[in-house]
Amino acid sequence: MDVLTWARDPWDQPILSHVSWDLLWASLFAGVAFLIAHASYMVLSAHRKRHAAETDAMEAARGHLPARIVRHSLPARLFHWVMAASMFTLLMTAFLPIVGIQFAWVTWHWMAGLVLTGSILFHVVHATVWLDFWSIWVGPRDIPELKAEVLRELGHDVPGPKPGKYPLGNRLYHQAIVAAGLSVVATGLFMMVRVRTPFFTRDPYLFSDSTWGFTYVLHGLAGVGLVGLVIAHVYFAVRPDKWWITKSMILGWITRRQYLEHHDPDRWTVGDARGTSTPL
Amino acid sequence: MAVIRDVMPAFELFQPASIEAAQEVLDRYGSGAWVLAGGLDSFDWLKDRIKRPQALVDLMGIPELKGIRPWQDGLEIGAMTTLTEVVRHPAVRERYSILLEAAEAAASPQIRNQGTLGGNVTQDTRCWYYRAGWSCYRAGGNICYADTPEAINREHAILDADRCVAVSPSDTAPALIVLDAQMVIRTAGGDERIVAAQDYFIGPATDITRMTILRPGDLLTAIRLPGTWGGARFYFEKVRDRAVWDFALVSVASAMVMNGPTIERMRLSVNGVAARPLRLEAVEEIVRGKPRNEATAMMAANLAIEGAQPLKFNAYKVPLMRNLVKRAIRGVGLPQGQAALGVSKGEAGTWTS
Repeated sequence: MDVLTWARDPWDQPILSHVSWDLLWASLFAGVAFLIAHASYMVLSAHRKRHAAETDAMEAARGHLPARIVRHSLPARLFHWVMAASMFTLLMTAFLPIVGIQFAWVTWHWMAGLVLTGSILFHVVHATVWLDFWSIWVGPRDIPELKAEVLRELGHDVPGPKPGKYPLGNRLYHQAIVAAGLSVVATGLFMMVRVRTPFFTRDPYLFSDSTWGFTYVLHGLAGVGLVGLVIAHVYFAVRPDKWWITKSMILGWITRRQYLEHHDPDRWTVGDARGTSTPL
Repeated sequence: MAVIRDVMPAFELFQPASIEAAQEVLDRYGSGAWVLAGGLDSFDWLKDRIKRPQALVDLMGIPELKGIRPWQDGLEIGAMTTLTEVVRHPAVRERYSILLEAAEAAASPQIRNQGTLGGNVTQDTRCWYYRAGWSCYRAGGNICYADTPEAINREHAILDADRCVAVSPSDTAPALIVLDAQMVIRTAGGDERIVAAQDYFIGPATDITRMTILRPGDLLTAIRLPGTWGGARFYFEKVRDRAVWDFALVSVASAMVMNGPTIERMRLSVNGVAARPLRLEAVEEIVRGKPRNEATAMMAANLAIEGAQPLKFNAYKVPLMRNLVKRAIRGVGLPQGQAALGVSKGEAGTWTS
């Protein structure tokens, strides 16, 4: 299997051209393999959940909390679905022609790319100004939670931190999608200079041939990476045990019981029904 | 980069006697196989050593791919029928004279003796950056060398360019489009697939590495001409740098059915302006029911060039295409306003300058 495709420049020197599309199949395979492995593990293992009695006790103790806990604001949900639609369009327009379903894809592709870029810019501003910016990031402070989560997944009933607003897996996924998404957007914006659009005067010589080669390779790597990441994301979104999270991305809220069952109230504090608010 | 050498790269030569045998070889070698019709496109590639197929499948020995025969109310022309045979066939001359003119405009007599109708419509583009082996989009790279600030692009596209600005070199393609020809394809799986001529050609927006819908293993076996436009008023004109043995800078083909002084219906196609021959459906629609005169021709011609985006050296193609479309509608050589009215079917071909 090839990883990269090479070409010759006008001086007959080898230059990178783009990634080998074999990587698309590799990413598809990796995504599906992860899906099968995880689903098998979930079926075969005794997955630890917080005991119902424990949750009952917490719910009784925190009856002042509202019945519905806001998990995603309307702007956050709009961003998510706009981004999802644009990402889906980008992947379809990029990869369907490669697998043999051919159509005029370029214009749809860069238009969807611009929508994605706009939605990401909105998200950065929204998350910075109106949300707890750092709640989605992963850092050294998450090592205890990582350790506890791994042990719990292995069947050990261990004490330790429970997730705040975002579970650790969710945040790790966010890191990966940020890296792949920003790579594909940044390279894609430069690549738009090479095609005819109403926005730029075409300039194939903005970069040297080798820099363009790296740009195309990075765009391709991020693109095929997103295939696997999107497969994983959709898989978790449709899993019955994660449906409450998906539903919250549609409706914006979770129930008090879901909040107490899946989150650490000390790490994700919410306003109570009496109007007292605590930091998110 | 390209250096003409005397010796072609080594390949296995297969000369099957049937379509099935040819497809068996194509299936065995996959993308390593190369289909050889008349060889006028193929041998350039091979002698330049740009293409290095493992196997060459010569179709010349397959009788069912040759000849012109009646088909329903029209004709079926085998894909391996030479252009000279097309030009000389009495039924083509009588009912489809536009195909005769287009085929006769191709290259030189020697080349028409060898070149086939199937090869003429399936040949690759003549963009010299691509033909020289540069790693352009069409060759699988990420740049079009013909669409750079210093590129020599006098012969390239003004319409429908999408990254690649190469043009289709086929002379017969626009004629087949206006005749509503059907391309008969034997797919790699052995099925027969029939597509309209205008759908046979694909542009870079759809697939930047191919000129036609043929996939590896597919064979164009025949071209069927229905009676739809048989005997219509035809016009074909090819403008080139020299009178013979040259590719079209721009060509135009039209078929028209009149109702008195009014255009009842029309088919119009141009080539040399895009990576595929373009059927100008908007123009066809706008002239329907209109009198055939200078005003109609001018209106249609201006519509035809809408959206044209010339490159550095091919802006001349815009007025050239406009004028050819105008001539295709109103005719040439006759007084303005009366152009070609009353001209009989057989005379249509004499308009070509």
